[in-house]
Amino acid sequence: MKITFKLFATLGDLLPANAVRNIASIDIEPDASLNDIIDRYQVPRELAHLVLINGVFVCDTDRDQKGQLKEGDVLAIWPPVAGG
Amino acid sequence: MAWTKKILRVNLTSGSITEEPLNMEWANDYLGQRGLATRYLVDEIDPATDALGPDNKLIMTTGPLTGTVASTGGRYSVVCKSPLTNAVACSNSGGFFGAEMKFAGLDMIIFEGKASSPMYLNIEDDKAELLSADALWGKSVWEADKIMRTTHSDPQARIACVGRSAEEGNLYAAIVNDLHRAAGRSGVGTVMASKNLKAVIIRGTKGLGNLRDPKAFLSAANAGKKVLAENAVTGQGLPAYGTQVLMNVINEVGALPTRNMKETQFEGASNVGGEAMLEPRKSDGKPNLTTNGACFSCTIACGRISTIDRTHFSVKDKPEYWINSGGLEYEAAWALGPDTGVDDIDALTYANFLCNEDGMDPISFGSTLAAAMELYETGAITKDQTGGMELKFGSAEALCWAAEVTAKGEGFGKDLGLGSKRLCEKYGKPELSMTVKGQEFPAYDPRGIQGIGLAYATSNRGACHLRGYTIASEILGIPEKTDPLDAAGKPGLVKAFQDATSAVDSAGLCVFTTFAWTMDDIAPQVDAACDGNWTTEKMMEVGERIWNMEREFNSKAGLTGADDTLPKRLLTEAANAGPAQGKVNELDKMLPEYYQLRGWTADGTVTSETHQKFGLPG
Repeated sequence: MKITFKLFATLGDLLPANAVRNIASIDIEPDASLNDIIDRYQVPRELAHLVLINGVFVCDTDRDQKGQLKEGDVLAIWPPVAGG
Repeated sequence: MAWTKKILRVNLTSGSITEEPLNMEWANDYLGQRGLATRYLVDEIDPATDALGPDNKLIMTTGPLTGTVASTGGRYSVVCKSPLTNAVACSNSGGFFGAEMKFAGLDMIIFEGKASSPMYLNIEDDKAELLSADALWGKSVWEADKIMRTTHSDPQARIACVGRSAEEGNLYAAIVNDLHRAAGRSGVGTVMASKNLKAVIIRGTKGLGNLRDPKAFLSAANAGKKVLAENAVTGQGLPAYGTQVLMNVINEVGALPTRNMKETQFEGASNVGGEAMLEPRKSDGKPNLTTNGACFSCTIACGRISTIDRTHFSVKDKPEYWINSGGLEYEAAWALGPDTGVDDIDALTYANFLCNEDGMDPISFGSTLAAAMELYETGAITKDQTGGMELKFGSAEALCWAAEVTAKGEGFGKDLGLGSKRLCEKYGKPELSMTVKGQEFPAYDPRGIQGIGLAYATSNRGACHLRGYTIASEILGIPEKTDPLDAAGKPGLVKAFQDATSAVDSAGLCVFTTFAWTMDDIAPQVDAACDGNWTTEKMMEVGERIWNMEREFNSKAGLTGADDTLPKRLLTEAANAGPAQGKVNELDKMLPEYYQLRGWTADGTVTSETHQKFGLPG
């Protein structure tokens, strides 16, 4: 199934070639966990700091759970960042 | 001690300049900068006084670590009563001006009275003189800076200056130092101009030789720098992307206030964020961002130095803006961009340059323009008022025009200089003003981030993210992640952030260090520099004392618990999209617990027990 995958800041270069800016459409297995996707795109797990599904944070202990994503979801990931 | 123990008192009415010793008893209770200068303000002015009258005082103040090699130890603040909020004002700035004050041997400069004609203060170590500013008045900060440098022939002098907006009575005028750093919020520049004081130029060569234990201080400062360097945020994220990395984050979590906070996500966010600043543009292949930059002694270097596309309509005939200068920081980019619906990064950068050039707080300017745009779209403001300009959301042309007329206080720019609250009142729709205590919101929607709503509502200087930056926890997971949509636990979080920030501000350090540092990293640096056994516990106690002192000042100025609220829009109109869709801010659930944790009455008054516990003045 297809989801929207976003990688920001220093992780942006890890997006697949079809990405526009920080956004790519990717195909995933329906039961893929978040860490499966994180590993597939070689995002170092320690840099997958802010992990959001449709804007909602998923803590690192829940990222091995299967089937969290559904068709059309948006998975967005940032390394540790801050501002203000 | 790291205080110089010396204050310069400048009476602008009489022209007298006198030195006096710093009150070291107060320094032990309030540390420096924000806390200590506010202690002086409380002692010296009637909180009910007219903020723009001669009885208000303006204090330029450093912390004990300002001018030291502690990372970020270059901050200074300006403390006075605010004309925008009628509450206490304390605006903090980086750059190099604060350290130069220290090198001239000064902890503080207290300005009182009002000069009969425009003046500026020239300080060269122990020499201090008031000089005529007739040649500077009516000039922008950048023009005045150039004139003063020529007059004094010292390229190493540091200058803090107000622009034309302040001279014209703009209520959110800033004091700009080092061309593009600013004591930005609450109209401290307006107060300076009301005293006929255009600028302060300082050259200090004394250095800083007054650390309590120099060896221990160097060791503590180095340990602190190691923590900053090894932290992914302060060591990598902030230098590379600056604060602007937040634009896409906050949009993704559905808390990016859009079009005067009508909406909570902006479709053009990716065009104006930190990543967009690095994209090569079509015209010359260069990105908006030229380089990052650091303030005095800072090892983070989050500052943005940018250019505007020379082919952009705003500057194509104005080569004076084809320069590298202070670029977009997140709060300014939000106010000038998503809040006005404009996603043209060159237009935002141009408006930001103008805010620096003529000393306007870009947060308040952008937010006020956003309110004006909604007033225009509802018909309350028409082309009759704007002189023909279509003030529509999303218009880059309107943004650039508005920045130009407001910077100079011309035409409708006078109305925009009133700030959002007074503008919306003038045009009969006060409910469209997105302000607390008269000060405009920063870049986080309290419907999508509950705790920041309480922080805005209870901030002692009106809506402000820097009085209790709960975004660190609620969104960024620093020090621990909390759920932004859940109001539970937020009163304690807000109080902890408010107290800690008061102490950090008072040390002379930048609050951005706290993305990596805890008070356990900061206290040893203060303690090694200063007499007084500065433990983590004492730092937090001083922070809480300062917060309560500011609250009591505001009470005496006429503010009450009724002012601890948010605009009706945020309390009754639900977020329209994103994770917070359907939610309003639950201030009513948080405020009573917050008052209780503070040791205040149910209506938000500091109790006599709390007053005595902290030994507050009066």
